[in-house]
Amino acid sequence: MEWRWEFAWEILPRMLWATGNTLLAAGVGYTIAVVLGLLLMLGQRTPYRLINMPVRELVEFVRSTPLLVQLFFVFFVAPQFGIKLSAWTAGMLTIGLHFGTYLSEVYRGALEGVPKSQWEACRALNFTTGYTYRRVILPQAFPIALPGMGNYLVGIFKDTPLLATIGVAELMHTANALGAETYRYLEPYTMVGFIFLIISLPTALGLRRLEAAVARAQGNTRH
Amino acid sequence: MDTTHPQVLPEGSPLVRFSGVTKCYGPLTVLDKLDLDIAQNEMVSIIGPSGSGKTTVLRVLMTLEKINDGVIYVDGEPLTHMPKAGGLTFATEKYLHERRSKIGMVFQQFNLFPHMTALQNCVEAPMQVLGLSREDAEERALNLLELVGMGDKKDQHPTRLSGGQQQRVAIARALAMRPKVMLLDEVTSALDPEVIGEVLNVIRSLNSEHNLTMIMVTHQMGFAREISDRVCFFYEGKIAEQGSPEQLFGDPQNERTKQFLHAVLDAN
Ligand SMILES: Nc1ncnc2c1ncn2[C@@H]1O[C@H](COP(=O)(O)OP(=O)(O)OP(=O)(O)O)[C@@H](O)[C@H]1O
Ligand SMILES: [Mg+2]
Repeated sequence: MEWRWEFAWEILPRMLWATGNTLLAAGVGYTIAVVLGLLLMLGQRTPYRLINMPVRELVEFVRSTPLLVQLFFVFFVAPQFGIKLSAWTAGMLTIGLHFGTYLSEVYRGALEGVPKSQWEACRALNFTTGYTYRRVILPQAFPIALPGMGNYLVGIFKDTPLLATIGVAELMHTANALGAETYRYLEPYTMVGFIFLIISLPTALGLRRLEAAVARAQGNTRH
Repeated sequence: MDTTHPQVLPEGSPLVRFSGVTKCYGPLTVLDKLDLDIAQNEMVSIIGPSGSGKTTVLRVLMTLEKINDGVIYVDGEPLTHMPKAGGLTFATEKYLHERRSKIGMVFQQFNLFPHMTALQNCVEAPMQVLGLSREDAEERALNLLELVGMGDKKDQHPTRLSGGQQQRVAIARALAMRPKVMLLDEVTSALDPEVIGEVLNVIRSLNSEHNLTMIMVTHQMGFAREISDRVCFFYEGKIAEQGSPEQLFGDPQNERTKQFLHAVLDAN
């Protein structure tokens, strides 16, 4: 089998349309993960055992089972218990929850990365707790969280092909469909790989630039 | 509920009063029924061996730690407690927030906010806590940065400043709240020898020209002797001996004090 440019050219519009869906899935999934991660982190940090215990258990549980299994469970098993979700909804919620647990750990680490002495300085200046978080703790925790947050953005993007298994029409799903229709697999899958590469690489590079810029803006680097 | 301590101190009482203050960490008693009065404008040095509770005295007064027993008064009012019915009960966070600004603290490791310039470090608290306008807060901060000789570095972030410079900014930051009493915990211990002098000079001028009430924990015996009105020697969570610098350094009475001074002066 040899590479046929005209075929590649012919399927390009469908591939690009699917790329849009992949980006949408990654974007929506990441947004859910970022917000859910914050809630999970706060849940774990509350002093009320009735809240923090179950949240910790949930996070542990989700973190130690594979995303694919969770996807199948939510899409194929949950309907048998009366919870019927579309492929998109099931996919977004599952990815959001799965990566939300990872992000909650990123946030937790970032908060703990701010020295305790910063809290004490704030208390000695009589800041309120809310102000301490807003002006002192979060601005310092953010640069610590940024690399982890960036990794999971790229991570979610690269895991979106799993959504093909439950029928979300993203890149992998479209490549499968094209293969089944035309019996040509070389071009569709090569293009999938290439599209992931040309999106992942600049994103990773951009994230690294962003990290450096944030560190600079905060005066945390010596020149 | 504590009914052995008064709800207010009589007129003319000292600015700060520790009355039978006990602080424990688990089984370890770090402050042991401590009584200590600090008068308005007084400069008190605290010296003593490592682990004797010097830092803890400052931390409980700054309300960074809760005490287990006794009461601390500031300005005649209880600080660690608040009046309730006929006696005193432990202060709530709200009550502390209304009083904590009377006390300022400078830490051994400076603890400046690394993401803010020197000026921002000094402006935040007066604006947020005291409600000053930005112009007023900046004017106050600039004056203080000038006072500590850091006026020309006002736009630098702490990472660009030497330890001595950071510590001077930290002093300005604490002063910007106009505290009634300043707490200094070994403020030169983390500094290179060649910059200790610049920080001591600032403290000297605060003491002589601005008449600030200060409690200073220090290992610098020469400086304590030169500038203090009174020196307290701590031993195992108690004041083993206190007096004027001449008395305490020149003619110590307590065996522990003598041993400590011998050890420290020999080491130098
Ligand atoms: N958070 C804490 N938990 C448990 N023990 C503590 C804590 N903070 C202080 N201690 C203990 O309390 C005692 C007094 O500590 P403190 O820091 O007041 O001593 P210090 O006189 O300032 O000593 P140094 O000269 O070494 O600074 C020490 O034995 C110390 O180990
Ligand atoms: Mg100490």
